[in-house]
Amino acid sequence: MREWERLRNSSHPVIYVGAASCGLAAGADEVIEAIERYLSAGKRRADIIRVGCIGPCYLEPLVDVQMPGMPRISYSNLSPARVTDLLESFFDKNEVFQRRLVGHFGDSGFDGIPRFFDHPMLARQVRIVLRNCGIVDPENADHYLARGGYAALESCLSLSWRQVLDVVKDSGLRGRGGAGFPTWRKWLICRETESDKRFLICNADEGDPGAFMNRSLIEGDPHAVLEGMLIAGYTIGASAGYVYIRAEYPLAIRRLRTAIAQMREMGLLGDRILGSDFSFDIKLKEGAGAFVCGEETALIASIEGKRGMPRTRPPFPAVEGLWGKPTIINNVETLGALPNIVRNGPGWFSQYGTESSKGTKTFSLVGRVRRTGLIEVPLGTSLRTVIDDVGGGVIKGFKAVQTGGPSGGCLGEEFLDSPIDYDALAAAGSIMGSGGLIVLDRNTCIIDTAKYFLNFTQAESCGKCVPCRVGTRHLVDILERISRGQGEISDLDKLERLARTIKGGALCGLGQTAPNPVLTALKYFRTEFLAHIVEKRCPAAVCRDLVVYRIIKDKCTGCQRCVQVCPTEAISGPRSEPHNLDMTKCIKCRSCYEICRFDAIAGDAIVIESGV
Amino acid sequence: MSLAALRADFEGFEGTPADLIPVLQRIQVLHGFISKDSVHLISRWLKISENEIYGVATFFAQFRFKRPGDHVIKVCLGTACHVRGGEQILDVFRRRLGIQPGEATPDGMYQLERVACLGCCALAPVLSLDDKVHGQTSVLQVRDLLGGREPSEDS
Ligand SMILES: Cc1cc2nc3c(=O)[nH]c(=O)nc-3n(C[C@H](O)[C@H](O)[C@H](O)COP(=O)(O)O)c2cc1C
Ligand code: FES
Repeated sequence: MREWERLRNSSHPVIYVGAASCGLAAGADEVIEAIERYLSAGKRRADIIRVGCIGPCYLEPLVDVQMPGMPRISYSNLSPARVTDLLESFFDKNEVFQRRLVGHFGDSGFDGIPRFFDHPMLARQVRIVLRNCGIVDPENADHYLARGGYAALESCLSLSWRQVLDVVKDSGLRGRGGAGFPTWRKWLICRETESDKRFLICNADEGDPGAFMNRSLIEGDPHAVLEGMLIAGYTIGASAGYVYIRAEYPLAIRRLRTAIAQMREMGLLGDRILGSDFSFDIKLKEGAGAFVCGEETALIASIEGKRGMPRTRPPFPAVEGLWGKPTIINNVETLGALPNIVRNGPGWFSQYGTESSKGTKTFSLVGRVRRTGLIEVPLGTSLRTVIDDVGGGVIKGFKAVQTGGPSGGCLGEEFLDSPIDYDALAAAGSIMGSGGLIVLDRNTCIIDTAKYFLNFTQAESCGKCVPCRVGTRHLVDILERISRGQGEISDLDKLERLARTIKGGALCGLGQTAPNPVLTALKYFRTEFLAHIVEKRCPAAVCRDLVVYRIIKDKCTGCQRCVQVCPTEAISGPRSEPHNLDMTKCIKCRSCYEICRFDAIAGDAIVIESGV
Repeated sequence: MSLAALRADFEGFEGTPADLIPVLQRIQVLHGFISKDSVHLISRWLKISENEIYGVATFFAQFRFKRPGDHVIKVCLGTACHVRGGEQILDVFRRRLGIQPGEATPDGMYQLERVACLGCCALAPVLSLDDKVHGQTSVLQVRDLLGGREPSEDS
């Protein structure tokens, strides 16, 4: 506590660096080194705090500077050189650095600088689950406590499990892992099943490729998820909990380990927590790289040391789960929402959202949108608001938005004004999923995207049931044919029939939902299929067999950069003269196109075209 | 490696069949891959047949059964990276190194892998070289990352 207050009103400067996985990938480590070099060279004193992801990942590396008597001010896209300029301005010249400024964290105006949370990407957001992410030091439990941490647990321990269950019920919270099952209902089934032992599992497998909400929450505020686990564990009467987390998230794993050790020190784990009758322990289990293990029964099998194969339900895990005992599996975000719900009351949470979908939801807003990152908006917000207002619009003209990952679908223009909630997305043939929102523009091909997802589910199919194992293979084959320009009109019916058969016959959620990307593509983007089949043309110029690369002679300055990057020596030509592209050698790797766009000297002289 | 040495690496494990996956994970961290010998030893220690161990280990994408190259390159082909050109990046690595994903270069220098998502989707396309993740990469950056390494002859 004291430590947080000391930081907030610090008498010496504090520098916060966004150092979640995304910040690090953008170069935060190098920025931190530059800061340390600057400080030690001038013998200056400042605290450097590594914080989690605050959301606008496209602005990373983000650095906030808080000088004594000033609010915390945030700067974006810093390189080691620029961060040195920034520090010189504050420390040597006593001036607020004016470039790359995003905003300040104070409540009222400061020196004509906008507020950070008024930034267009943040202004429409309501941050409940993400309230601490990017604000606190995730490795310092004091920071969490100072922001009201573990107060919710304390109040739960003074209530009966039924009272806590009622709070969760009244809040309207539904599972954030995909299916949206009411959290309280599954808890009640588990609690009312007679057993000597019950288990809680936090599902941090985050298998949707292109989604990273759970990673960010754990990296940025691990204690919120762990406190949620204690609340859930208390309510369902569990004695132990597991966090099942994917191995690709090393930083999140480290943060959890640190946080769990801190909890143990504070008496928040083990026997008789905070002097109550409630005893609970938490263990980490690393996933081993199988998408299907996000499915509850497969996940349980894998914790038991077996192959991650799903089994038929019922019995549901809430009745018969880990080691045959009643088990609740909840998503990271479901658990992370709990402390907020308990602390502020169910009515406060349910004021956000729609009739059937209450509260807020985090999304990873990525793909061909301008402002990419992690966001949290009230359920019921329209896709248009999210893509245009929060995301700043689409790079090359909107085509579709993909929700729900491999189990979801592509929705076109006509859905932009629909609210994002469980039921509206399901009615459209997609699903909410865990929160991946991938924006596609005119440069993305729908057939290619459908093929991508089917390739993914095909590779990840556990092979136990035939519809999924064989059916997805056939879907991929047909899509492959179409993308090569060898499709036939009858393929469209074949795709549709096959997709319906898989949906109806597969054993688990993976197979039952795997056809969704194809079905939505067929339904909403039929003309794009026809272009591939009838005109042998890929409108987005993506499908390799249907495109040609061309050098526009008038624009080519002969800079030779494409000559150097071409891996097959397909491009030739002397310096300062337009180059030649030998189509018989071209493998369409796109290297020349990228380098030509990359540099104005080269001047957009290479184009990719289809059907001309 | 002996059973005693194996046990020494595994202090803290209970030695029950449920430990199988964590044990395999630890072996891979320590040795880079799962060797025949280690499977044999695990089999005796945890009292699980070798067949069953291979059955479990091959089910999961994480486990390798051959010694990897010294430097591991992982190219992300998650959805966000796919729509931002991840395939092209993998393609360029493939050609420059002359190997397919899952293989090591003959000199043992590089290992090429494709992964489903590195969790930095907002900075797509993403790749990692050993423990360092690089965001907003491009086919051009591949050249810089590999230093002066020439494209492979047989690509
Ligand atoms: C193939 C497949 C993959 C899944 N992957 C995940 C996942 O990565 N994370 C997750 O929380 N739920 C995943 N789920 C959903 C879980 O089975 C389960 O419904 C969820 O974790 C329940 O938590 P919730 O009630 O809090 O949403 C997946 C389901 C299927 C069928
Ligand atoms: S899709 Fe590549 S990092 Fe997630």
